[in-house]
Amino acid sequence: MHVLSRSSLRKVVRSAISLVSFTLLLAPFVLISAKPAKAIPAFARKYGLRCSACHETWPILNNFGLKFRDNGYQIMNDRDAPIWQNPSYWPATFRMTPIWHRFSNLQAVDTYTGASTANPYGTQAVERITSSGVDLSGLDFHTGGTLYKNISFYLLPSSDPTGAFHFETVMTRFDNILGSSWLNIKVGRFELNNLLSEKRAVGLTADGGIYQTYHFIPVGDGNIFGQMGDNQLGIEYVGHSYNDRTRVSAALLDSNDGNVNLTLGANSYSGFFTFDQAVDAGKWDVQRLGAYAFVGQAATYYKTSGGVPIAGSGVGNKGFSRIGVTTQFYFGPHFDVNFVTQHGEDNAWFGQGYGNAVATDGDGGVTCTGPTATTPGCPPNNTPGTTLSALARAPSWNGYTIEARYVYSPTLIFLGRYEAERMQQQATIGTPQNIGNINLWDFIARWNPFMSNRAGMALQAEYTVMHQVGTGPTVGLTTANLNDNEILLGTDFDF
Amino acid sequence: MRTGLRKWSLLLGAAAFFALPLTSWAQLSTADIASRDNMEAHIGNLTGHVNARSTYDYKRYCVSCHGDLGDGNGEVAQWLDPPMWPKPRDFQMGVFKCRSTLTGSLPTDEDLFDTIARGLDRSAMPQWSQFTKQQRADLVAYVKHFSPRFVTEKPGTPITIPPEPEVTPERIKAGREVFARVQCWKCHGVQGMANGPSASTLTDDLGRPIAPFNFTEGSRPKCGDTDRDIYKIFMTGLDGTPMPSFADNIKPDEAWDLVFYLRTFMQGASKAKELAKTMDLKPVNPNP
Ligand code: HEC
Ligand code: HEC
Repeated sequence: MHVLSRSSLRKVVRSAISLVSFTLLLAPFVLISAKPAKAIPAFARKYGLRCSACHETWPILNNFGLKFRDNGYQIMNDRDAPIWQNPSYWPATFRMTPIWHRFSNLQAVDTYTGASTANPYGTQAVERITSSGVDLSGLDFHTGGTLYKNISFYLLPSSDPTGAFHFETVMTRFDNILGSSWLNIKVGRFELNNLLSEKRAVGLTADGGIYQTYHFIPVGDGNIFGQMGDNQLGIEYVGHSYNDRTRVSAALLDSNDGNVNLTLGANSYSGFFTFDQAVDAGKWDVQRLGAYAFVGQAATYYKTSGGVPIAGSGVGNKGFSRIGVTTQFYFGPHFDVNFVTQHGEDNAWFGQGYGNAVATDGDGGVTCTGPTATTPGCPPNNTPGTTLSALARAPSWNGYTIEARYVYSPTLIFLGRYEAERMQQQATIGTPQNIGNINLWDFIARWNPFMSNRAGMALQAEYTVMHQVGTGPTVGLTTANLNDNEILLGTDFDF
Repeated sequence: MRTGLRKWSLLLGAAAFFALPLTSWAQLSTADIASRDNMEAHIGNLTGHVNARSTYDYKRYCVSCHGDLGDGNGEVAQWLDPPMWPKPRDFQMGVFKCRSTLTGSLPTDEDLFDTIARGLDRSAMPQWSQFTKQQRADLVAYVKHFSPRFVTEKPGTPITIPPEPEVTPERIKAGREVFARVQCWKCHGVQGMANGPSASTLTDDLGRPIAPFNFTEGSRPKCGDTDRDIYKIFMTGLDGTPMPSFADNIKPDEAWDLVFYLRTFMQGASKAKELAKTMDLKPVNPNP
């Protein structure tokens, strides 16, 4: 049994108090928005389970939680329908995360040396900018559950730290159709069926809160459509064995990275396919092995009106693919390791920046409102007559994510993650092989001072370092490497 | 004098009767429970132990309902209101509903092993089928170590269930006679709809209201849904509840007849249900 002794508890509480008073002295500074994740004490309340029953640490799902989700938020015991609940029960949860963090990155800074009327800011130099302060995450407002036996919903309006809302998840599910666990359908905007899901990442820092492997594209690439970390719009089939040891899924997705209002291709689709199998490894727990493929097409030419791209008019579809293998290895109750390795490939047109001509802001808004050819910031458009340079090729790369977790007890977890993204073939002949390569390290300690079926609270300490070759600030003709680091201390709560 | 004594003993008896549900089990101490840390469970060639794994799993998955001391007093217990939501089981008492063994005896380790994966329908107890077999075997040992009964008594011997015969209209009719004779309908109702004359008055051994099983609603029996499970349920009884064992009143062959008759009430396809459609099967008459 692992129980914190009274004195060590007191010590932790005391250091928590001094941390809070320390952070109160620091000026607030808005910098990042933490990625929304799914964590819903509404389910814990409904079923009388502690967070730890479904979550290895909230919000990472364990096998029981995975089975619960795969069954359409049901524990399959005849009391799942809402009519069995007390009428005052409301399946809603709020999550927010006040944090103190210190973010440090490189930027091109004016030096005012050699300033003149023509050049009032002088030359530039690469400088490290470090800022720190108390800050906020966005707000997640989760509501989800059964409407009727085997029919469920999930709704997650989510805001950034300034309160600007979008719909992160909206879906209706139909589960155990014809009484079969092999037949489940969901429609809407949802988390892809990833074993290691970004929507359940524990990281709260800007770089550590997302999985690089799920978002990576080569430098200058215009294909924003193959991002497995983002919730996508579409329809998904999931089938699983009754005890959830075997799982398959196939989703038909709009190729628009979850953007609403048919702003992008609107006539192009992708498919996301997964398979995984768990095996009984005795006292080591259940080991899981899976594979996935994200293959699709997306537009490269948006018809224009006076040079301005027309939303939803995309044609000239080109292909892309992300194929990967995932494993979850448990070494007894306290230690587990998760791997993802992925091979990605984009058509040469994407490699040259085509694909996102309207430049979406990620929430369905369009930021490119001028003619593509002349407005700064507008990506290129494959208008009639466009040709690719003879140096253009289909870019390809490989990604590796390894996340190791040491679960001291259901309320205390330590997590370390390393991600490596490596270019295999650059989009343009002559580009140095390593441009765009990423190394990321993320270290997290997360402690829940209490745990019940009512609410969740965790204190989190996190340190993230990220390097990327050739994407830092440019001064003159040289581009520095990206080199960020961030320290974060936060209270993550939901109720 | 004599009447006075009678009155006193009556009063005392009544007091004891009403106090029974409240104090029926004195709390065991942590030390007492820890003294059984060497408890084992044997399922096939698996041996389960009270060990770091089961301690961890119990804390992670079970404690919110069954409590640190296994007494059913987890933080959730206060929100579960019988009969709709039975209270979590007090493992210290060592009394179990789902057994292959005769009433009053302890369940086998396999019984507990199966129960944990199956969960208990019409209660908050989930299906814990995600565990490895070893984890489940360890949890069986963990559940057992809360109760001194598992030290002082051996588990009962599983009842023998003869092979299932072929369903025939005659057998279904014979089952109907058994249903009438042993008065299942008193609690379960003549159509199995849990509305017999005694249904609304039933309480379990701890004095909590409990509802009989409604065969027609589509819910699964807590102790398993196969024909053999149903046979086992009424031949061993659900200990701690008013659902008695009928091992003394029903012969093995008759028991199968009764299983077939019960199937005619239940949702889900079965041969008995098909046959029943072709028969003019009237509900039993409660006042013959
Ligand atoms: C959400 C609450 C809840 C959780 C969590 C829970 N149980 Fe239960 N459990 C119950 C309830 C309620 C009952 C009694 C149901 C009844 O009497 O119909 C029960 C009964 C049982 C029984 C008795 C079965 C019998 O035949 O009488 C066992 C054994 C058991 N639970 C084991 C476990 C184990 C092992 C875990 C953890 C892996 C667990 N339970 C987690 C609610 C829970
Ligand atoms: C004194 C009342 C009473 C009588 C008589 C009775 N039952 Fe029950 N029965 C109950 C109660 C109460 C339950 C519910 C127990 C529970 O949910 O824990 C039950 C449950 C059941 C179940 C479901 C068990 C499960 O695993 O969920 C079956 C099957 C059943 N009874 C069959 C019968 C049959 C067959 C007879 C006659 C041979 C019979 N009962 C007679 C009270 C009774």
